[in-house]
Amino acid sequence: MDLASAKVIGAGLAAIGVGFAATGVGIVFGQFLNSALRNPAAADGQFPRLIFGFAAAELLGLMAFAVAMIILYAV
Amino acid sequence: MAAGKIDPMHQFTIEPIAGSFQGANPFVFTNSALWLLIVLGTLYVFMLGGMKRQLIPGRWQVAVEGLTGFVDSMVTQSIGPQGRKHMPWVFTAFTFILFANLMGAMPFGIIPGAHPFTVTSQFIITGVMALISFAIVLGVGFYKHGLRFVSLFWPKGMPLLLKVPISLIELISFLVRPFSLGLRPFIAMFAGHILLEVFGNFIVRGFLASGTGVLVSILCFLFVAFVSALELLVGAIQAYVFALLTSLYISEAEHLH
Repeated sequence: MDLASAKVIGAGLAAIGVGFAATGVGIVFGQFLNSALRNPAAADGQFPRLIFGFAAAELLGLMAFAVAMIILYAV
Repeated sequence: MAAGKIDPMHQFTIEPIAGSFQGANPFVFTNSALWLLIVLGTLYVFMLGGMKRQLIPGRWQVAVEGLTGFVDSMVTQSIGPQGRKHMPWVFTAFTFILFANLMGAMPFGIIPGAHPFTVTSQFIITGVMALISFAIVLGVGFYKHGLRFVSLFWPKGMPLLLKVPISLIELISFLVRPFSLGLRPFIAMFAGHILLEVFGNFIVRGFLASGTGVLVSILCFLFVAFVSALELLVGAIQAYVFALLTSLYISEAEHLH
């Protein structure tokens, strides 16, 4: 296998992480909605935690994406 | 850009505008410095236009008061009444990251000769901001509590056998904080702009190729429009997260659990 094809395969493998981050973001918002509908009065107070969880999950996905792009274009 | 290899990293290169990097010259006016000044100027004009202190505020004053009130309520909610004295740094970080992200997402590229540059897509900028936040946390903690600040890492109410490894983990997670804090806004802008560049290239290439290529470029155009909107949202969220985490960390240093 030459370097160019190995690079493309590696970038594709690195992009798998984005899918898992999408699952994480879905879990964050899904669980928030699940509990917010049970107790809507307390939901607004938890908004910072929601955004924090979203940001933490999203960061990992963006890192996987950035790794894929670096493998593809910058190495 | 239409022919040859796609080069999405080119938009992040720092180039001298006045002067050159030759001869170890430290005073070079780069495109990064230019866009820092543009962001700062926009922020200055925005804030100055709203600081009229009228009893019945106009639209501009409402916008500025909404921004300051938002950050103020966030700081007082996370830190408490003594959070007021940390308001200047949190507000500075929030507005700077917000404006830099939004200015980076604006389509200045359609002006011929203009090379838009996102200052927050450089880790040196966000990293230094994260280090300032970390320095404030350390300063507040050691000034207020002295060496008792170290008890932040010592958990309460568990057997001694567990306390030692957990305090080590707490210490490591504390030391990693400035890195993750600075990495977050950087990587969001970095990844978003690469995505826009790559799919922007696909639009042009699809039109150059005939047949189904046009269909692909229409789909890519819709996707780029969606990602641009998402980029505005992500820019605002990252600024919010940076300010929120900074105030949470300062709150930990103020109250020690």
